[in-house]
Amino acid sequence: MVTTRPSVDQVWAWLDQVPDPEVPVISLVDLGIIRNVTWQNNTLEVTVTPTYSGCPATSVINLEIEAALRANGIEKLSLIRQIAPPWTTDWLSDNGKTKLEAYGIAPPQAAGGPQHCPHCKSSAVEKISQFGSTPCKAQWRCTDCLEPFDYFKCI
Amino acid sequence: MNVTGLIRMGDNTLVLGQRLSEWCGHAPALEEDIALANTALDLIGQTQHWLDLAGKREGQGRTADTFAYTRDAWDFRNLLLVEQPNRDFAVTMIRQFLFDTWHLEALRALIDHADPDISAIAQKSAKEVTYHRERSTDIVIALGDGTEESRDRMQGALDRLWPYVGEMFAQDDDDLTDMSALRQGFDLYVTETLFKSTLTRPNSDFAHHGGKTGTRHSEHLGHLLATMQVLPRNYPDATW
Repeated sequence: MVTTRPSVDQVWAWLDQVPDPEVPVISLVDLGIIRNVTWQNNTLEVTVTPTYSGCPATSVINLEIEAALRANGIEKLSLIRQIAPPWTTDWLSDNGKTKLEAYGIAPPQAAGGPQHCPHCKSSAVEKISQFGSTPCKAQWRCTDCLEPFDYFKCI
Repeated sequence: MNVTGLIRMGDNTLVLGQRLSEWCGHAPALEEDIALANTALDLIGQTQHWLDLAGKREGQGRTADTFAYTRDAWDFRNLLLVEQPNRDFAVTMIRQFLFDTWHLEALRALIDHADPDISAIAQKSAKEVTYHRERSTDIVIALGDGTEESRDRMQGALDRLWPYVGEMFAQDDDDLTDMSALRQGFDLYVTETLFKSTLTRPNSDFAHHGGKTGTRHSEHLGHLLATMQVLPRNYPDATW
């Protein structure tokens, strides 16, 4: 039995290494879905909120959190699902937004549409569809470089 | 606690989610196919919240899956509107627009519910449904104010489905909030959208009833359930 339990900061650092299964360029911490990490006696409690109610990645995410923490020696683990306050793209980290853009996904904007094309940076963009390849994205295209791209919806 | 109100919310999203899933691979354009499937996904996810809470409050060990897969038509408490068949894209989108408009009004009211679990589900769902309504509104306007063919089809769909509007606002003690109080906000939004879409609101407010009380579902619900439930009915121990 390990005698010292890892610090909460250490656990956050581990979770920041776990990629989002659908958008692997950002971590679960970048995505803002890890709401709390705390020790209750010898049990580690991790509170997770879903991005969208029906997002199929939610169960995969729980498996990956568990796998990552077990690999780091956590034995007693409790995953808590919390739906309120509901997830918002405001919780996406700045680091996460930068990584999304570099990956070719336009990060969410309060104005409701992408600031510019993630490929050529032109602001001449138009919406193709309100929904994209995952519940959290919409489809847009650039009318300058003519490339389609995903836009991370602002909610 | 009376769980019927929770079951009503969950059955609405379940049955409409299943209906929309029927379009998967068949929608008129790839983008629409993806959008319909994503909307269905949100609705099925919301179903899980509502029916799991219903099972928890009922305290007899039922889960969202038990409710979805092991009840017969007469035990369902969804609105007649959501069990109506897809028919064409016009009927599907008018049904969606009418439902989204009611749904958003209902969820906004439920955000203030005294029960924190009900409020939490409403807060989560309202975000998703705001987006659903934005999309169905855009399509109703685009196809209503579109070609002669698209306008005819949209008006036909509106005339066909309008008799299912009244049930959404028929209030009884099992409801989680006063549904009749939502009618004003619904009418305001629908009138404005129909004006922009050049469609005409039907004159008669005659309404079919019997879905949310379970007394008289349409024949369509049984067919929908037969498809949805076939696997767990035939192989009760199946896991996937």
